[in-house]
Amino acid sequence: MASPRIVIVGAGPAGVRAAETLLAAGLRPILVDEGRRDGGQIYRRQPDNFRRSYAALYGTEASSAENLHRAFDALRNAVDYRPETLAWAISDKRLHVVTGAWSDVLDFDALIIASGATDRLMPVRGWNMAGVYSLGGAQIALKSQACAIGRRVVFMGTGPLLYLVAAQYKKAGAGVAAVLDTSPFRLRLKALPRLMARPEVLAKGLALTWALKRSGIDIQTGIEPLEIEGQRENGVEGIRYRTRRGKTRVIPCDAVALGYHLRPETQLADLARCEFRFDSGTRQFFPVKDEDGRSSIPGIYLSGDGAIPLGADGAELAGRLAALAVLADLGHAVPESARSGLRRSLRAMERFRRGLAAAFPWPAHFAAALGGDTVVCRCENITTGELRAAVTEKGGVELNRAKAFSRVGMGRCQGRYCGHAAAEIIAAAAKIPVEEVGRLRAQAPVKPLPIATGDHGVGAA
Amino acid sequence: MLSFGGARFQRLGEEARAKLLITVDGCTAAAHEGDTLLVAILTNGGSLRQSEFGDGNRAGFCLMGACQDCWVWTETGERLRACTTVVTEGLRVLTKAPEARWPALA
Ligand SMILES: Cc1cc2nc3c(=O)[nH]c(=O)nc-3n(C[C@H](O)[C@H](O)[C@H](O)COP(=O)(O)OP(=O)(O)OC[C@H]3O[C@@H](n4cnc5c(N)ncnc54)[C@H](O)[C@@H]3O)c2cc1C
Ligand code: FES
Repeated sequence: MASPRIVIVGAGPAGVRAAETLLAAGLRPILVDEGRRDGGQIYRRQPDNFRRSYAALYGTEASSAENLHRAFDALRNAVDYRPETLAWAISDKRLHVVTGAWSDVLDFDALIIASGATDRLMPVRGWNMAGVYSLGGAQIALKSQACAIGRRVVFMGTGPLLYLVAAQYKKAGAGVAAVLDTSPFRLRLKALPRLMARPEVLAKGLALTWALKRSGIDIQTGIEPLEIEGQRENGVEGIRYRTRRGKTRVIPCDAVALGYHLRPETQLADLARCEFRFDSGTRQFFPVKDEDGRSSIPGIYLSGDGAIPLGADGAELAGRLAALAVLADLGHAVPESARSGLRRSLRAMERFRRGLAAAFPWPAHFAAALGGDTVVCRCENITTGELRAAVTEKGGVELNRAKAFSRVGMGRCQGRYCGHAAAEIIAAAAKIPVEEVGRLRAQAPVKPLPIATGDHGVGAA
Repeated sequence: MLSFGGARFQRLGEEARAKLLITVDGCTAAAHEGDTLLVAILTNGGSLRQSEFGDGNRAGFCLMGACQDCWVWTETGERLRACTTVVTEGLRVLTKAPEARWPALA
């Protein structure tokens, strides 16, 4: 039999460990990544001429980062690695990719999607102004470019990443004006039993929050964002919010890092017609997969944060496990013992993930309270009021219909940053459960293609 | 260039890198080797472009190639995603799409 054709999308922790596992079994996968360098989101490598040490860049995760980079360096020439290559569509068992202006079609027997996640966003009045960045974006500015997004930065949203990035800014010498967390503190205590599933991660989180507090940074929990203030030309000038005691306060700042956990990049899984299910804990849809990463479609495997965000350690394990599933399905002998340990660890991580979702919940209720003039679609400046009108006047209670009526989700980001909030706004306006509103269906190309790429034009632009 | 109130991004190190010059809307701007175009522009000014939907200036959002808020153009009309483009000596960009190219973008 000819050697099976295996393609991996994503050279982050999940994709690199998947490639390593396949290589160890004598297979040579194609490894496609849109980025210039390997490492994925958390361990993305800084440019060659930067000099910061692993310890400075990755803190407590320095050795994990270094291990992953070493693993990649060892396999880089043994696999067919294609950096700066976007996987933009799937049809049957063919993956469409583009490298610069050069496009290619990869036939595959097995495809491992390890596409990672992006920030999950809830709009707030003024979030379309210059100076507002996604929380992950604020971290990228620091990690891969040694820059802060402003002189006085407010971190607003919820989740562990909020505290982590604020601490990284503080440590790097940036001005941190405040950390504003929408989750009330008591939920953290309630979630403690589940968070104990990963005691070492919990301990790191507590140490980090404590260090932030001790450094004198204003940390507020249980807040409600009211408005990012500023001007169209100059951008952000301050943030107005309601404290947990119901008082309105304003903090002057020139930048805001905004984020509410992560959402998986599931467009490729969707184009491959994988089934999705609603996760009530986080109020979003995840692609269905078995414990090892098999999707509902034979030959398509899902791993890492691109399936369910479990964090970097979980992504490494999920990448290995998905590769072992591929091997088993191709008829290779895979000892059960190799898989059972990985599955057990992933189960603990899943429990921890549910704990985090309960401790730092997605604030769905804010969607109903958004003012009609608050922009929901940053791409095309479409307001919450316009979206609500699509529901109440045109009957667009299903997300893709509301999109057709209002254009929300049709812009350049293809719904990545408005889709979840739009679903909540519609659910509240139509008074139906958010799972009935559904999810935005992916469209090829999953990102706009370079203009020069022949017939395909500029895609969704 | 859309420059208001000075630089938006603040450098926190790595400034020993070699310098180079780029041109933004005809004005010269200093950058470092290894900078993304987004960082090069925002360490010189306050924004990248104007929203074509009339809600003011924009300065990118995700920095990871997902939101497409950071598009700028070369003088020949090629679109660049500023957050994933690395600057090169003499790079010349425009913060508005050249008019003549609009039909080609439709
Ligand atoms: C901005 C950001 C910052 C984060 N910071 C932290 C942190 O500090 N600590 C932490 O524990 N977790 C962090 N996370 C979560 C973290 O991403 C993960 O835990 C970990 O990186 C997941 O690994 P992964 O391999 O699943 O995905 P990723 O590391 O995200 O890797 C996915 C890779 O796939 C590539 N890709 C995606 N789609 C395509 C496509 N269509 N074509 C080609 N290539 C594609 C991407 O370029 C990327 O390199 C962060 C997430 C984000 C989004
Ligand atoms: S800032 Fe989001 S794509 Fe460049």
